[in-house]
Amino acid sequence: MPEVRVRKKVISVEEIFHEGGPVARKPLRRAAALAVIRNPYAGAYFEQIEGFMDDLKPLGLEMARSLVAVLGGDPQVVEGYGKGAIIGSAGEIEHGALWHVPGGYAMREVLGGAKAIVASTKKVGGPGTRLDVPITHINASYVRSHFDAMEVGIGDAPRADEILLALVMTTGARVHARVGGLKASEIKGEDGLR
Amino acid sequence: MTANIRKIATFMEETCAEMGRKIDPPTRRAAAVAVIENPYARQFVEDLSGLMTIGEELGELLTQRAVAALGIAGSAVESYGKAAAVGEDGEIEHAAAILHPKLGTPVRRVLGKGAALIPSSKKRGGPGVVLDIPLGHKDAAYVRSHFDGMEVRINDAPRANEIMVAIAVTDSGRPLARVGGLTKDQIKGEDGLR
Repeated sequence: MPEVRVRKKVISVEEIFHEGGPVARKPLRRAAALAVIRNPYAGAYFEQIEGFMDDLKPLGLEMARSLVAVLGGDPQVVEGYGKGAIIGSAGEIEHGALWHVPGGYAMREVLGGAKAIVASTKKVGGPGTRLDVPITHINASYVRSHFDAMEVGIGDAPRADEILLALVMTTGARVHARVGGLKASEIKGEDGLR
Repeated sequence: MTANIRKIATFMEETCAEMGRKIDPPTRRAAAVAVIENPYARQFVEDLSGLMTIGEELGELLTQRAVAALGIAGSAVESYGKAAAVGEDGEIEHAAAILHPKLGTPVRRVLGKGAALIPSSKKRGGPGVVLDIPLGHKDAAYVRSHFDGMEVRINDAPRANEIMVAIAVTDSGRPLARVGGLTKDQIKGEDGLR
């Protein structure tokens, strides 16, 4: 099994007070954890790649925990999440798909069994490529106020033989959410959707 | 005049390996960025003292945030830098008013020292513009291992009537620095240069 070799980690946090409207009583916070790892499959086609998902699990947990820590340490404050990957140009999109299980389940575990599917996106790109990581409510995907996205990226990553992995957590709705739909207060939270 | 802050973002970056070589301990740097309303957008104002006061306010706030992101004492910071991006309805002089007259004093107060000039850059641009914050050793500008730069950007800032203000701090120089020059253990730290 290939070893997970991390070149760089980035943690970023945004605190949003307003967006031209009333100042939020509690600012919205959005945090992203990024890790740049060597792509063990860069440069050639490998049929068997699934095993790497298990190798990525400890890194997924570490990133999820670092997000909770940077948001203050209490998993209860997390209301939205998302994940993504940018694969360097010597890799393929399928290598990014290896992040679904270790990235998603790490966050659900750290958040105490969140119900909703973790929204995700991925692409192949060069250093400095930006990724709009989609965000949805952690227990009910249809909560309209929590649909959001956070742009992430690193100037010097991913290099051709690297993968940039991303996890994102948020503490609430868009700062001036007002387009109706299912509210967080109406969640049944059984099926992960409503 | 106090700043009308829409958003504060922090970025913490840790380099664990480079060219396959382990960096142990990792080099770490952090930036804190505020997005504020430009009170002088779309008009020529002769007296920019309001923005100078805002510079003083942000100098303290952003340095505290950036140092907190590194999780170290202010006195352990090794290098620093500052930068600003003015939205399209402002002028470059607005960035100068924030960065130069009053911002440095609170930065040095938070860090305990800072004999060297704080390297800076500024520009005008639209949302998503990239700020390359120059970095130099805080007590001796000639320390060659600490010449560096940190890229930051926020996809939705600066809007036309906004200014983005950034402060970066580090606990180290470049990873694998090896181009000679003055080293940090040779610093006299009196004139800010050597």
